[in-house]
Amino acid sequence: MIGSFKAEILKLRKRPATWVLLGVVLGLTQLFGYVLPYSSWLTSDQNFRTQGLDPQAVLAGVLPGELVPTSLGGFPVFVGALALILGALAAGSEYGWGTMQTALTQRPSRLATYGGKLLALAASTLLLVLVTFALNAAVAGVIATIESRPLDYPSLAELARGIGSGWLIMGMWCGLGAVAGFAFRGVALPIGLGVVWVLGVENLVSAVASSLLTSLQPLRDLLPGVNAGSLVWSLAPGGGSSGEAPPGVIDAVTGGRATLSLALYVATFAGVGALLLRRRDVT
Amino acid sequence: MGEHLVETSDLTKTYGALMAVDRVSLSVWRGEVYGFLGPNGAGKTTTLRMLAGLVRPTAGSASVLGEQPGSPQALARTGVLIEAPRFYPYLSGRDNLRVVARYAGVGDRRVDLALDTVDLAGRGGDRYAGYSLGMKQRLGVAAALLKDPELLILDEPTNGLDPAGMRDMRALLRDLGERGHTVLLSSHLLAEVQQLCDRVGVISGGRLLAESTVDNLLGQAGLLVRAEPLERARDTLERLVGPGSVAVAEGSFRLRTDPEQAGRVSRALADADVVLTELRPLERTLEEVFLEMTDNGRTGR
Repeated sequence: MIGSFKAEILKLRKRPATWVLLGVVLGLTQLFGYVLPYSSWLTSDQNFRTQGLDPQAVLAGVLPGELVPTSLGGFPVFVGALALILGALAAGSEYGWGTMQTALTQRPSRLATYGGKLLALAASTLLLVLVTFALNAAVAGVIATIESRPLDYPSLAELARGIGSGWLIMGMWCGLGAVAGFAFRGVALPIGLGVVWVLGVENLVSAVASSLLTSLQPLRDLLPGVNAGSLVWSLAPGGGSSGEAPPGVIDAVTGGRATLSLALYVATFAGVGALLLRRRDVT
Repeated sequence: MGEHLVETSDLTKTYGALMAVDRVSLSVWRGEVYGFLGPNGAGKTTTLRMLAGLVRPTAGSASVLGEQPGSPQALARTGVLIEAPRFYPYLSGRDNLRVVARYAGVGDRRVDLALDTVDLAGRGGDRYAGYSLGMKQRLGVAAALLKDPELLILDEPTNGLDPAGMRDMRALLRDLGERGHTVLLSSHLLAEVQQLCDRVGVISGGRLLAESTVDNLLGQAGLLVRAEPLERARDTLERLVGPGSVAVAEGSFRLRTDPEQAGRVSRALADADVVLTELRPLERTLEEVFLEMTDNGRTGR
């Protein structure tokens, strides 16, 4: 499995799409987490991110103390969608290019090849979360210095919990993308369906269950995106001191239940992917 | 001759109602170059995929290097190129081989050796997406050689190569055979197979029609005779070699007899006052045998 892991890391490292996705995650996190709120604070103009909020709360959201909720705000929805794309690309491309055949005719067993891919995706998503937190910490530090505010970063335990939660959320979406890539043996359909699910279906079901059909709430509470949003909510109830929860961050289930649900989703996606790769012919 | 490196017994693969491979039993001996021949859709590639562990048989069994096809033990000693080379388009040729080397558990040092072997060392840094068909094919062979495998399974390795590339590939395969590697080779280029292979298996309609040495498959040689007048020539030849051994085609006679009988034939015709205009050994080519067998295979279905 070590050989497969090294091969997968080399492929991911040299693949332009990996870096594009990393750039988009960092860019969007910066835009919605720091640029829009801080520019609103500086200019006293309100934008859609700061509408109706107390300016002091807006500033608090971009300071080091809010590093965890601000960093994770985009994870349930848009970072999730990007993680899903990463997983779908890593698995589905192997079929599109026919390289699954190349990988499976070397030395490792199918499960070892698969395990190497999962490990590489897990390492990549962890790195992505760490880079996001590091960049956000640096930007929050700069803003705090400019505004003459104290550099009160979260404790190491809070940071670890935040990073772990981010990794779990990304891992879950990435796993869904990968299992869809294995199931559909391609890239286009998993990405198309996955993005529709993350950005459309989840929000729609969630909105309907919250307002029109409350009897749907038990079903809603099982959805992966809802659990991802609940986990982020549990780290900063009400959206933290900034007072406004980002899209997808909701108070649906407890943090403990959300963590367990997401872990079960990761295990299920990993198991289904292994079953698909192990049983099916590669032509 | 030694041990079997590849052995199948009633190997069968069906896709729904389609019988892709029908009870194929073949064996490849250590150190031989084995040609696997068949028309398009005959079941060659499906058989090779089963031997590489990519496709599971519906029935029957196979062993590769004494192991289950596709097992890590078998794959570690087998180099595979099936149908077409499959690589990552965004990587260079060298990086593609580095990926394969990591999967295979061999060091990067072998990457440059393999590139050198297929004459791609100068283009190893170029992106695979920009490679010509022939370069892609050579990279596929380089990947198959990376492990310095005991057994090579190569499906149409000369596809896309220009004449010089084909000559080089032939030389490489001959060299591999001489160095004791066992090669299971499928090819449409029958002249090439005739030159390279010790034994061949012919498959058509999913069924193995024959498995033999090339010499046995080509069968008994003969003589081609052109002479006039035809009737007297025929009588003379039939008296000489027997009526069942003389066939007339396009104004010439094909004698099923040892080519060393040419002197006797010449003398008999001269004695019968027949004018001999052509007399030469007649050898069937593998292509003729192949077409004969596979046409029968088709019409028999």
